Amino acid sequence: MGYFVDQLINGLTLGSVYGLIAIGYTMVYGIIGMINFAHGEVFMIGAFISLIVLLLLAQLGVAAVPLAILVTLVLTAVFTALWGFVVERIAYRPLRGSFRLAPLISAIGMSIFLQNLVQLLQGARVKPLPPVLTGRIPLGSIGDHQLSVAVVQVVIVVVTVVLMAGFSLVVSRTALGRAQRACEQDRRMAELVGVNVDRTISLTFVFGAALAAVAGLLYTIYYGSIDFFIGFFAGLKAFTAAVLGGIGSLPGAMLGGLLIGLIEALWSAYSDIQYKDVAVFAILVLILLFRPTGLLGRQEVEKV
Amino acid sequence: MNAMTKLMLSACAAALLAAAPARADVTFALGIPATGGQIAAIGAQARLGAEAAVKAINDKGGIKGEKLVLEIADDQCDPKSAVSAANQVVSKGIRFVVGHLCSGASIAASGVYDEEGILMMTASATSPELTERGMKLVFRACGRDDQQGVVAAKFIADKFKGKKVAIVHDKQVYGQGLAEAAKKTLADAGVTPAYEGSVNAGERDFSALVARLKQEGIDIVYYGGYHTELGLIVRQARQAGLETRFVGADGLATNEFWSIAGEGGAGTLFTFSADVKAKPSAQSVYEELKKKGEPDNFAFYYYAAVQTLADAVARAGKEPEAVAADLRANGFETVVGTFRFDAKGDLIDPEYVIFEWRDGAYAPTKL
Repeated sequence: MGYFVDQLINGLTLGSVYGLIAIGYTMVYGIIGMINFAHGEVFMIGAFISLIVLLLLAQLGVAAVPLAILVTLVLTAVFTALWGFVVERIAYRPLRGSFRLAPLISAIGMSIFLQNLVQLLQGARVKPLPPVLTGRIPLGSIGDHQLSVAVVQVVIVVVTVVLMAGFSLVVSRTALGRAQRACEQDRRMAELVGVNVDRTISLTFVFGAALAAVAGLLYTIYYGSIDFFIGFFAGLKAFTAAVLGGIGSLPGAMLGGLLIGLIEALWSAYSDIQYKDVAVFAILVLILLFRPTGLLGRQEVEKV
Repeated sequence: MNAMTKLMLSACAAALLAAAPARADVTFALGIPATGGQIAAIGAQARLGAEAAVKAINDKGGIKGEKLVLEIADDQCDPKSAVSAANQVVSKGIRFVVGHLCSGASIAASGVYDEEGILMMTASATSPELTERGMKLVFRACGRDDQQGVVAAKFIADKFKGKKVAIVHDKQVYGQGLAEAAKKTLADAGVTPAYEGSVNAGERDFSALVARLKQEGIDIVYYGGYHTELGLIVRQARQAGLETRFVGADGLATNEFWSIAGEGGAGTLFTFSADVKAKPSAQSVYEELKKKGEPDNFAFYYYAAVQTLADAVARAGKEPEAVAADLRANGFETVVGTFRFDAKGDLIDPEYVIFEWRDGAYAPTKL
C-alpha cells in the first residue's frame, strides 16, 4: 500500500509536467486547428533559459533558493514567451489561409531548426544542474512503510495546480479568454464582430510558451540534466496527453497529462519497466478506438 | 571486393611476400588515427608508446639481431579508412600490426588481415565483438568491455556477501554486455539477483525504478551503462531517501557523473583500468616517455603491445601462425604487467581496479 502511494506521487509529479506542456498543444489546436510540433522545442528552450538564469543567479550570489526559483520562473516565462511569439510570427502567421498541411510542415521544420540551433549554440553534451531543492516531507506511515514526499515534487504539483487554476480563470473570465473562445468557435465571425484575431492567436502562443517554460524550469530542477533533445520525448508524451484528454480541451490536457504520468508510474511499479511506453501508447490507442475525441473532447460539429 | 580484384590483390601480396624475407628487418605496422580531429591526440599517445618500445628493443640489439621498424597506418579512427589502411599494410608485405586504436576501425581492418594471414594486436579497442568472430590472428592487449562486468561481479560477491543485489542496464551493446557478464559471474558465485531490469538510454525519469529498488530492499545495484543515466538514477534515489550503493563501469570516469548525481554520488563504485604511471615497475619507462610529453595509459599499453609482439616474434619466428600459437602459450612480462591470452585472443584477467567517487573525485576504493 505504501509502495502504491509512493508510485502514485511519482506519477502525479511526472503527469503535472506533461500536463503543463500539453496545454500549449491543446490551446493552439483549439484556436487555429493545427498541431504545433515545435512546442516541445519551446519547452526545451525554456529548460535551457531556466538553467542559464539559475546559474547566473548563483554567480550573483543569490543564496535564497525560493527567491532564486521565483525570479527564474518569471524571467524564463518572459523570455520563452518571446520565443513562442517569434515562432508564430515567422513560421505560422504567413501561412494562415494557406492549405491545411502547410503550417504543419512549417512546424516540423521549426522543430528541427530549434533543436539544431540549441545543439550548435550550447553543444550536444548533457548540461547538469546540481540538486537545488533537497529534503523530504514526512507524511506518516502505512504499516511499516514510511511515507514521505520530496520537496521538489510538492513544488512541481503546487506550481502546476496554481497555474492551471489561474489559466482557467483567464480563459473563462477575461476579455482575452472571451476573444480566444470566440476565435475557437468561428474565426471569421469573431473578426467581423471586432475581435483582433491576429493578436489573440499571438497571445495564445505566448501563453502556451510561458507554460512550457515553467514546465522546462520544473523539469530542470527535478531532473537536473538537460540537453537539446529533451523536447522531442517530452513533446511527444505531452502531445499524446493532449489527444488522450481530448485535443482542444484545457481540463482534458491536464487530465491526459496526469493519466499518462500515472500509467507510466504504475506500470513500472507492477510490471516490466521496459514496456512502460508500450503500455502508455496501447492505452492511447484503446481510448481513441472507443472515444475518438479523447476523454473530455467535444464532438466536432460540422458547420454549415 | 569482387573475385578478380581479390585475385589480383593476393597475387600482389604473394609477390611482395616472396620479396620480404630478403629484408633483414622486422616491420610492425601501427594502426592509429594519425590525422583527423580530437581522436588523433590519442593516436599520438599510442605512437609515443610504440616508438619508445621499438627504440628500446633496437637499443638492445633488435629482434634476434634484426632491426625492428615501425610503419604508421593512418585509419582516422574510421572503419572505411581502416580498410584502405589495412590494404596498404597488405601491399607493403607487413605481417604484424599493432592496433588499431578504435574498436570500429579494428573490427573493419581485422577482416582484411584475417583474409591475408596478418596478425594484429590492439591495445585499446575494447568492443567484445572484435574477438568474438573466431579470427585466429586477432589479439587484444587490454581489457574488453564485458570483462569489467566480471571484475565488478567478483567484487560484489566478495565484499557484499549476503546482500540483496540488483542488475540494471540500458539495453545498449556496452551496457547490456556488462550486465550479462556480471550476472553470469554472480551466478557462478551463487548470487541470484533480487531484481533485474533495464532502462531506456536518454530517459530522465527513473522515479519508478527507484521506488521499485526501495520496495525490493536492494542493498547494491550493478548498473551497465553510461554516466548520464546512472547519474540521474543515483540523484533520484537520494532524493527518494534510498541509500543503495551503485556499481558501474568505466563510463563513470568523467566529472559529468558527479555534476549530475551531486553529493549523493559519494560511494558509487566503478571498474576502471589501473593508472600505469603509479606502478613501481613502470617508472623507468615513464621517465623515458616523459621526455616527449606527459604519457597517459594509452602510451603504456601500446608500449606493452610492441614488447609482447616482439617477444613472441623473437621466440617463434616471423610466421604469424607460429607467433599466434606462441602468444596463446606463454605469459609476457610488460611495462603494465603480465599478459596472458585466452583462446579468443583476449587478455586473461586484465587489470581493472575498483574506483570510488568521493567529494567530486575518484580514487581506488578502500573497501
